Amino acid sequence: MIRIPLRPLARILDAREQGENPQLIERENLRLRTEQARDTGRKRAEWRLIFLAAVFFAGYGVIGARMGLLAAAPVVETEPYQGEQIADERADILDRNGRILATNLVTNSLYAELRYMIDGARAAHELARIFPDLDEDRLTTRLTDPDRRFVWIRARLSPEQAQEVHDIGEPGLLLGPREMRLYPNGRLAAHVLGGAGYGQQGVTAAEIIGTAGIEYRMDTRLRDPDLAELPLALSLDLSVQGVVEEVLSSGITMLNARAGSTIIMDAATGEIVAMASLPDFDPNDRPAPPLEGDPADHPLFNHAVQGVYELGSVMKSFAVAQALDLGLVTPGTMVDTRGPLRIAGFSIQDFHDYGAQNSVTDVFVHSSNIGTARLAQMIGPDRQREFLRSFGFLDPLSLELSEVARVIPQFPQRWGELSSMTISYGHGLAISPVHLAAGYAALVNGGLQVVPTILRRPDTIPGTRLISEQTSETMRALMRAVVVRGTASMAEVEGYAVGGKTGTADKPNPQGGYYEDRVVATFAGAFPMTDPRYVIVVTMDEPSETSGTEARRTAGWTVVPVAAEMVRRIAPLMGMRPESAAEIEAAFRLR
Amino acid sequence: MRGLFYVLSAFAVMGLAIWAYDQNDRTQRAMGSVRELRREIHSLRESLGVQRAEWAYLNRPERLRALVDLNVARLGLVPLTGQQFGQIDEIAYPMLLAVTEDAL
Repeated sequence: MIRIPLRPLARILDAREQGENPQLIERENLRLRTEQARDTGRKRAEWRLIFLAAVFFAGYGVIGARMGLLAAAPVVETEPYQGEQIADERADILDRNGRILATNLVTNSLYAELRYMIDGARAAHELARIFPDLDEDRLTTRLTDPDRRFVWIRARLSPEQAQEVHDIGEPGLLLGPREMRLYPNGRLAAHVLGGAGYGQQGVTAAEIIGTAGIEYRMDTRLRDPDLAELPLALSLDLSVQGVVEEVLSSGITMLNARAGSTIIMDAATGEIVAMASLPDFDPNDRPAPPLEGDPADHPLFNHAVQGVYELGSVMKSFAVAQALDLGLVTPGTMVDTRGPLRIAGFSIQDFHDYGAQNSVTDVFVHSSNIGTARLAQMIGPDRQREFLRSFGFLDPLSLELSEVARVIPQFPQRWGELSSMTISYGHGLAISPVHLAAGYAALVNGGLQVVPTILRRPDTIPGTRLISEQTSETMRALMRAVVVRGTASMAEVEGYAVGGKTGTADKPNPQGGYYEDRVVATFAGAFPMTDPRYVIVVTMDEPSETSGTEARRTAGWTVVPVAAEMVRRIAPLMGMRPESAAEIEAAFRLR
Repeated sequence: MRGLFYVLSAFAVMGLAIWAYDQNDRTQRAMGSVRELRREIHSLRESLGVQRAEWAYLNRPERLRALVDLNVARLGLVPLTGQQFGQIDEIAYPMLLAVTEDAL
């Protein structure tokens, strides 16, 4: 800025010459200078004010906008509605129709805080009166011990017991809320549900953790607080499960069997509608695992999943299906059935002599070991192994139960010609009944692989193709023929066109070799064979039918009538209309 | 003029303060009642759970079967069988018949 001097010499000299007062010039310049300073000052002040106003405006604007947003936003619950006392909430388990299989119940736990305790001896005496199983002397020592501050007495109390404890009037006895896992159906589906126990315990809560079955396998899902409101739906049907267990139980009693299992599986989706294993247990009061003896004799053993047996002739279906699928034979092809068939120092025999040669249909219907072994010879060991692998028979079971981790099929490492021949009729390869059910589902449903599941899964995508549609149709007709005129004739149920295959396998002796008079009898089939909807697998351990003069142990006399009774009872329950004899015959004549 | 402005501003501030206090108070009361309701919902849910568990317990197949066996003389209930299904054309049309007769 150019500063104008107050007394510019040139103007002063001019003014003096003209006789004017030079003071005026000075005053004039001073005035101009003051005005200029005032203008700059005002401008600066104005700018400051505007700046401050803008800052405040922006600040209040932000606050206002935030308030507006908060006011306009939808109301959200700031905290989850459950209080901290149910951090241990566990999701319910339902069957496929929404009926409860497992739920939680709030009960009380009982503990003692000794600093509030007035008369420990009296409290112990009164408690022993309410709970007869408590040891009074031991409790008295614990409740009067001056070094102790805290004693757990019971994990669960019924409301009546809680009231009685309250009536003792001892301030040192305290009740804590406690969630309890309840299985209202008792022993029903015990092996599927497994059981639950307490994990970390506190005074106000205890976490419930699954100890076996679906409770253990889906523990993370069931305990997830976000999904606690959403029950876990299983594929089981409570009514069907109840009937299956009832029929199986009376069958086991009648046939003096050691154990038995049943699987009813949806042939298209692999959903298990019923899975029973007897003997069973009450999951509300789960027994301790066995420490000695054969675990298979213990009620905790799930025969349907853990029972890995050589299943015998039911495996013939896979040899026949593969031979048909490869185009090696047709149902009418004649096969050499002269016995005994000697190979590598081993002799294969049939139950009866079926003559020099039989058609593939008759080999299957009469369950000829020799005929099936001949088919296996045609197929060859490598193709057979790959075929059985595609059905999942060589891999551990995939199922949502904790027990499957230890279920591993057993088969020879060297899969030579002899192995392949014995495996074709069910000796040498040990698999579980669930494996078998999934395999039969694929055989009859048009040839598509199914993955067994215990969870409700209505939108399953079809699996990969294992055999052709045509082979599956032929297999359905063959299985139907087994019931109509073969080994499973007692499986005939009016209106439901049951079809399947029996299997009677000698039990391996732990000392080596096989038992003479102990068998595992199996029936694997499906119904209705006109359009199979459900696969049924029934196995029994050491059954014997003693109504005749001689004990009969073959599957046709033991498990087959049991399976037929099951189908008779459950098919109407599942809403299946019976077909007339004419309809069934027409469906099979069309082929 | 300026005096009036100051007085009005003072009243406005007082008014806003009263409004804010009122809002705060109502919010706290609402939160209190929400807590109350939550407690109530929780206890109702608990009793609902007990009822559902009891319903399932009373309807367990084992008990129903025992009841059916016990009351077989009175109720005569037997398991559902395939014979109980019928064809739609096995059902007559009695209503239609009645109307025709009336018309005649």
